[in-house]
Amino acid sequence: MAVTKQDSPTYSVREMIKEKKAKQSGLMFVEKLMPKLLLLTAVISILTTLGILFTLLFETFTFFSRVSIVEFLTAKEWLPWNEESGSFGVAPLVTGTLLTTGIAMIVAIPIGLASAIYLSEYASDKTRRIIKPILEVLAGIPTIVYGFFALTFVTPLLKQIIPDLGIFNALSPGIVMGIMIIPMVASLSEDAMSSVPNAIREGALGLGSTKLEVALKVVLPASASGIIASFVLAISRAVGETMIVAVAGGSSPVLSFDVTQSIQTMTAYIVQVTTGDAGYGTTIYYSIYAVGMTLFVFTLAMNLLAQYISRRFREEY
Amino acid sequence: MKKLIDQEKVIKNMAGRLVKNNFFKFLFFLATVFGLIVLVVLLYRIFTQAIGWLDIDFLQNFASRRPEEAGIKAALIGSLWLMVIVAPLSLILGVGTAIYLEEYAKKNRFTAFIQTNISNLAGVPSIVFGLLGLTVFVRGMGLERSVISAGLTMSLLVLPVIVVAAQEAIRAVPNQLREASYGMGATKWQTIYRVVLPTAIPGILTGSILALSRAIGETAPLVVIGIPTFIAYLPKSIFDTFTVMPMQIYNWTGRPQEEFQHVAAAGIVVLLFVLIVMNSIAVFIRNKFQKRF
Repeated sequence: MAVTKQDSPTYSVREMIKEKKAKQSGLMFVEKLMPKLLLLTAVISILTTLGILFTLLFETFTFFSRVSIVEFLTAKEWLPWNEESGSFGVAPLVTGTLLTTGIAMIVAIPIGLASAIYLSEYASDKTRRIIKPILEVLAGIPTIVYGFFALTFVTPLLKQIIPDLGIFNALSPGIVMGIMIIPMVASLSEDAMSSVPNAIREGALGLGSTKLEVALKVVLPASASGIIASFVLAISRAVGETMIVAVAGGSSPVLSFDVTQSIQTMTAYIVQVTTGDAGYGTTIYYSIYAVGMTLFVFTLAMNLLAQYISRRFREEY
Repeated sequence: MKKLIDQEKVIKNMAGRLVKNNFFKFLFFLATVFGLIVLVVLLYRIFTQAIGWLDIDFLQNFASRRPEEAGIKAALIGSLWLMVIVAPLSLILGVGTAIYLEEYAKKNRFTAFIQTNISNLAGVPSIVFGLLGLTVFVRGMGLERSVISAGLTMSLLVLPVIVVAAQEAIRAVPNQLREASYGMGATKWQTIYRVVLPTAIPGILTGSILALSRAIGETAPLVVIGIPTFIAYLPKSIFDTFTVMPMQIYNWTGRPQEEFQHVAAAGIVVLLFVLIVMNSIAVFIRNKFQKRF
């Protein structure tokens, strides 16, 4: 072993280091290069955001050079397909979006929060380990599958209860969207609730509270910021959801709050235009960017609000 | 002496409080199980609808106007083609960003900005990424409705998810390992490449496979880009037009004939099967290779 090195008496560690260093110029080059390359990959994410912003801004600007922004925001009709008397008031699309989102929240918030309380306060470790992954499966199912489910199962089912229900309506995709969002609310709220230290729970239990009282009067207030943030994120998710409403919600932008009839959400409109033959350069083509911009602003505001709530109102222990 | 605690009153109330507790416990349990029941119903519905339609022919046939002859071959192969672009690109970009943020970046405003930007990007609706892809890749770069424009768009879509997963995996590598490596005379990059990454790779892979399975099931951005659904050939290069499974299912779902619902259900079964395989691989990697420190 290593006899050759010992043969020459002049061979010292110092020289070994020097010799090694001489061979290392390539290595040093890599050492200097890698941080720069990695920074480049990190910058891609910023470029993506800029790309989204500029795309939406430029094309929206082109749209507003043809249709006034006042009309877009205040007109009550969305009739883009009518060449002569077309009307571009975004209100019906926003109503449709808010309608499905509202229904989804009515389903997702109570059920999601209740699941979170059960998992965090009542369930044993073993139950939690079984139930949580199954709930995650629910979140991992592609949205097109939910859309298919809403159209071919939930809508016919609801039709037996509400005979007037249209084939396309706001109710069915809203409910299915809510079911899809349950795991998100449950898992984010549960995270917030499990970060409440056990000492506080034990204090309340020691004073004679039942588990329910601990959950509702101690843990919920202590984790309120995280829970509300999860609701806001859920709303943002529901607003941006596309395939469920595109498949089962219909394509009639109407300014009404009738959940049994066909509606159109902002996302479903974009899908309708891009699957149709609206040519490049037409006003309809540019209108999808204005609608996309509205969608983007809405979800971004929601996400920032969620971050603000969880940062500003967090109880530190 | 006035009693501080009225025992009788406590006892009188206790029964009601306990009943309330048990009632709500049951209610919370029902809510938790509700999701599972829906999952079972959904899977049962789709499998029963797919029975009789899902066979070897279904996997070998191209799209057809006749439901009996419709198959998912082009879409299944198309989804694989999509992965050929998305998997390497999003992994390189995502892991690169994560290494930069965790190992090199100084704690300054720029780093905080990148981090905030990534978490906001994760919250942008997927359809908006479609608008980006349509404008920049399809029209701007003239890549048309090809594998490459769809792949680039999808890579950007899953990038934030991969970055966050990789960051967590890298953060979980204990500092002693890094210090030991430096102590042996290794440089920073040598430490990252030979110590940190090999330790973090199971975590990175688990998170990335889950992100990629999201890309396989995603429809909205591809609809916006204008990926066609009726294709009777396979792509030969990344510049060819193609279709993917969710698009094909979307198309079948929208057809008026009753039979196409069964075809769509059969397509969903194939899609879910691919997703289950991917998720199983992720779980397998996590259980088999993940070290705990």
